[in-house]
Formats: sequence, C-alpha cells, structure tokens
Amino acid sequence: MKDVLLTIKSNEKIAKNTYLMVLLGDTEGIKAGAFVNLKLDGFFLRRPISVCEVDGDKLTLIYKVVGEGTEKMSKMAEGEKIWTLTGLGNGYDLSKSGERPLLVGGGAGVPPMYELCKELIAEGKKPAVILGFGASDEIFFENEFKALGADTYVTTVDGSYGTKGFVTDAFDKVDYTYVYTCGPEPMLKAVYNKSTTSGQYSFEERMGCGFGACMGCSCKTKYGNKRICKDGPVLEKEEIIW
Amino acid sequence: MVSLKTELCGIELDNPLIPASGTFGFGYEFAEIYDINCLGSFSFKGTTKDPRFGNPTPRIAECKDAMINSVGLQNPGVENVIKNELPKLRKCFHKPVMANVSGFSVDEYVYTVEMLDKEEGIGWFEVNVSCPNVHGGGMSFGTSPEAAAEVTRAVRKVTNKPLIIKLSPNVTDIVSIAKACEEAGADGISLINTLLGMKIDLKTKKPVIANKMGGFSGPAIKPVAIRMVYQVYDAVKIPIVGGGGVATAEDVIEMMLAGASAVQVGAQNLVDPMACPKIIADLPRVMEKYGIKNLKDIIGGAH
Repeated sequence: MKDVLLTIKSNEKIAKNTYLMVLLGDTEGIKAGAFVNLKLDGFFLRRPISVCEVDGDKLTLIYKVVGEGTEKMSKMAEGEKIWTLTGLGNGYDLSKSGERPLLVGGGAGVPPMYELCKELIAEGKKPAVILGFGASDEIFFENEFKALGADTYVTTVDGSYGTKGFVTDAFDKVDYTYVYTCGPEPMLKAVYNKSTTSGQYSFEERMGCGFGACMGCSCKTKYGNKRICKDGPVLEKEEIIW
Repeated sequence: MVSLKTELCGIELDNPLIPASGTFGFGYEFAEIYDINCLGSFSFKGTTKDPRFGNPTPRIAECKDAMINSVGLQNPGVENVIKNELPKLRKCFHKPVMANVSGFSVDEYVYTVEMLDKEEGIGWFEVNVSCPNVHGGGMSFGTSPEAAAEVTRAVRKVTNKPLIIKLSPNVTDIVSIAKACEEAGADGISLINTLLGMKIDLKTKKPVIANKMGGFSGPAIKPVAIRMVYQVYDAVKIPIVGGGGVATAEDVIEMMLAGASAVQVGAQNLVDPMACPKIIADLPRVMEKYGIKNLKDIIGGAH
C-alpha cells in the first residue's frame, strides 16, 4: 500500500451514469482485481474504485455515479490531482484459470474484468467474456474486450441489446475451465449457482479505511472471518457463505 | 529545539501521539507503510474474552467531516490475541503498547485483563466502559458512576499496570463518572469514545448502518471532546488521554491545552494512514509558531 498523488489525464462519460477516468503517476503494485482508494476534496472517507487497466504510469478507472462522491468525481477535470491509496486488495489469482477461463462482469463489475482479460491473453489463455447490463444505454467496453481478442457476449435485462436477461442466460454459449466474476451480489450468487467450475468472486462492501484496519467490511467465509478490503475483495468460490 | 516528550502514568512517551483503538488494528497493517515506533504508543484493537464477529454490514457511513461505525467490537478473543496478534505486534512495535479491553460483564473485563497482564510489552490497560452490561439490563457500564466504578475496582484487583478508563461521551455528567473511576483506583481517564449517531439514506429512506445506530467520530466531534477533556481535567488529579476528532498538530496542542497528557488519533488514521507520522513531523513547526518549547508544559494550559 502507498498513498500517491495521481494527475487526471482525462475524465469522460462513456455510458449512462458511467465515466472513464485516466490517471497518471506512480502505479506500482496495482494489479488485476485490486482497487484504489481516492481522497476527494470535501469528503471525509475515501472512495474505493476497482482497477480497470494499468499500463506503465497510466491507471484507468471506470466508475458509476451512485452518490455525492462519484458525482463530484465526474466533474473533475484534466490536470486535477487526487491522493490515491494504491496496492489495495488481494486481486485475482491468474494461475488457476485453465485454458479457457470465463470472465463475467455485471455493470460496475465489468471494469476489473478488463485488466484480468488482458493479462490472461498475454499468458496465452483464451478467455470468454460475458458482460451484463440493465439496458443498451448502459453498455461499455464491448468493443474493447473484442479488441483484446476475447469472445465477448453481452446481456441486457430489458433485451434492448444482445441476449435478453441476466449474465447467466449467456452461459450456454460458452465452454469454460474456470470463472472470474465481479458484480452486484445477486449476480454473483446467480453465477455461483449456474457455474459448473471453481472460480473467484469479487465482492463489494462499504469500507472505512480500505486497508484492513477498521473491520468495517468484514464477512464470514468457510475459511474464517475476512475483510473484503484486505483479505478480498476476491474470494474463492469454495469459501463463500451466502 | 522543542521537546515533544510527555508522560502518561509514569511512563515517558517520545511524543503524545497514540492511535486510538479500533482504528489501528494490532499495528502491523500500518507498519507496512511506516515505522510505527515513531509513535508515542498505540491502543490496540478492543479485545474481549470471547471471539466476536461483530455487527452485520453495512457497518460504515460517511458524514460531513466525520463517519459512523458500527463494527461491534469484532476481535478474535483474548486467547487468539495473545497467540496470534501480540507476536506480530511485537515484531513491529518495541515500545509499551496500550491494551484496550472490553467486556459485557464485570467478570469478562477481569478475565481479559488478567490474561493480558502476563503478556510482555503492555504498558497500560485502557478499559472501554462503553459496552452494554448484559447482566445489568443492557445499559452501558460507562453511563453510570456506580457501574464504571465497579468495573474499575474489579480490574484494579488483577493488575498493577496503569489502569486507564475510557469513557463514553453519551452521558449527562461526564465529570461524576470520571471522579467515580478515580476514586475506584483508576490511574488515568481516556476520553472521548464515539458519540452515538445515525444517518438515513434518502434513496432507501432507511438508516445506512445495518445496526441503525453507530459511533460518530471524526473532526466534527472535536469541540465536544475538547469540552469534556477540559471539564474532567478540572475534576480529577489523574492524567487524561484526550481524543476525539484530532487530525492535525494544532488539534494535538488544543487537546493538551484542554488538559490531555497524551492524545489519541482515531478516524483520521482510516482516511490517511500516514496521519500520525505527519502530525508528529508537523508538531515542532506548530509549537514554534505558538511559542511552545516543551509540550509537557502546556498540559491544562487553557485553565
């Protein structure tokens, strides 16, 4: 963990209530499935945001405006600086993927799949990707995943684009050796029940510190109590208690 | 040259900074990013007789210049603390540490203090009397002078280490409770614990915190803490550990002027893990600005 001052290179809307922010600076220690914690002026607690991509000194975050903090973030401009705690969270373990991992992202859970997908492809794996959204105006990064070379499927709850329904409604289209997923808890649970392999599931929780000190985001697992921020956010399928 | 040294119950501190219990774990998370031996001391995670998972989530809510937490004293229990946590703590911290202890009956406090009393490296006990007394109708021990004194007397019998009672601010008369603890044998008073607060989400129209209420802390509560430290300083002869909303070197000085011999930093550690070393580094500049040579000399200076 370290606290680094990053500079906004760009910050733009890419879908309904969804923004892509590129930050420049010290990105050492940031990995797939990890998150960063942003200190925004005027807010006491930091904002934990998942890592979409890290490339040299460039960190890409995609976030949804869900409250006052992310609303403020969406109005920040190029050149503004943000104190950022980096190197937080355990991240995904790529060694368990097998040849054809399935990556399942829902809404704000899509971004962490991108860095993971990129790294798996760099290792010679052949990932398939299912991206779930509410409606067509919420969709982002379909083309970016395709450009990486991943078989990419999109689902929308209202059927306005791709397969109608939830991410699990696209499972029949893919063969897979392992599952990596991130999204709202009901989606994670549906993936847990539908999938036939082991996998890693990334959870979200309200956090105090983001680095394991306050016990604000604890959960029970079959392997004992864990802190989503420090021992997670990624849990093994076998340890999850719903 | 200015001096940051102070003293707490006969133990000298290199500086008055003591990260507050519940915001610093057992120290080792912070030791990843700085040498925590720069601190005066720290108060470790509130420890109880039995392991506790704590309250359901969400446990955290944000407020203006503050936060609410309802962790519910999650800790692995005193046996696991001794077996697993203290060895890790000792590897990264080589000064006397403050052992924060909680209980839900007088016997639980006594058991936990007795167990920890044999452990190396503990400088002080900080007894949190804000917990509900399950045998006494669920009222917090810290809300009546009699109950707070009962805990103090019982724990006093099982340790010769300095005994500091950490008081709840959610009371009508903090002074009478502090005096009762002093008379019952306490060596120091620590205040304030969090204020009871609530936040309601306008979207869901329900409290944000699963347990509805929680402990309100952060810079917003500092004036309440300063006032209570000031009042208690007038009423007792034993030293005070002051805390509540401390986030800057100026806050440390204000807390000491109110009457604190040492100063706790709580919520600020969670938003800035480097908060304490930054404050320690900044203290000489602020002391010079206000013409202070020895921090020790300003304790209670506002009276």
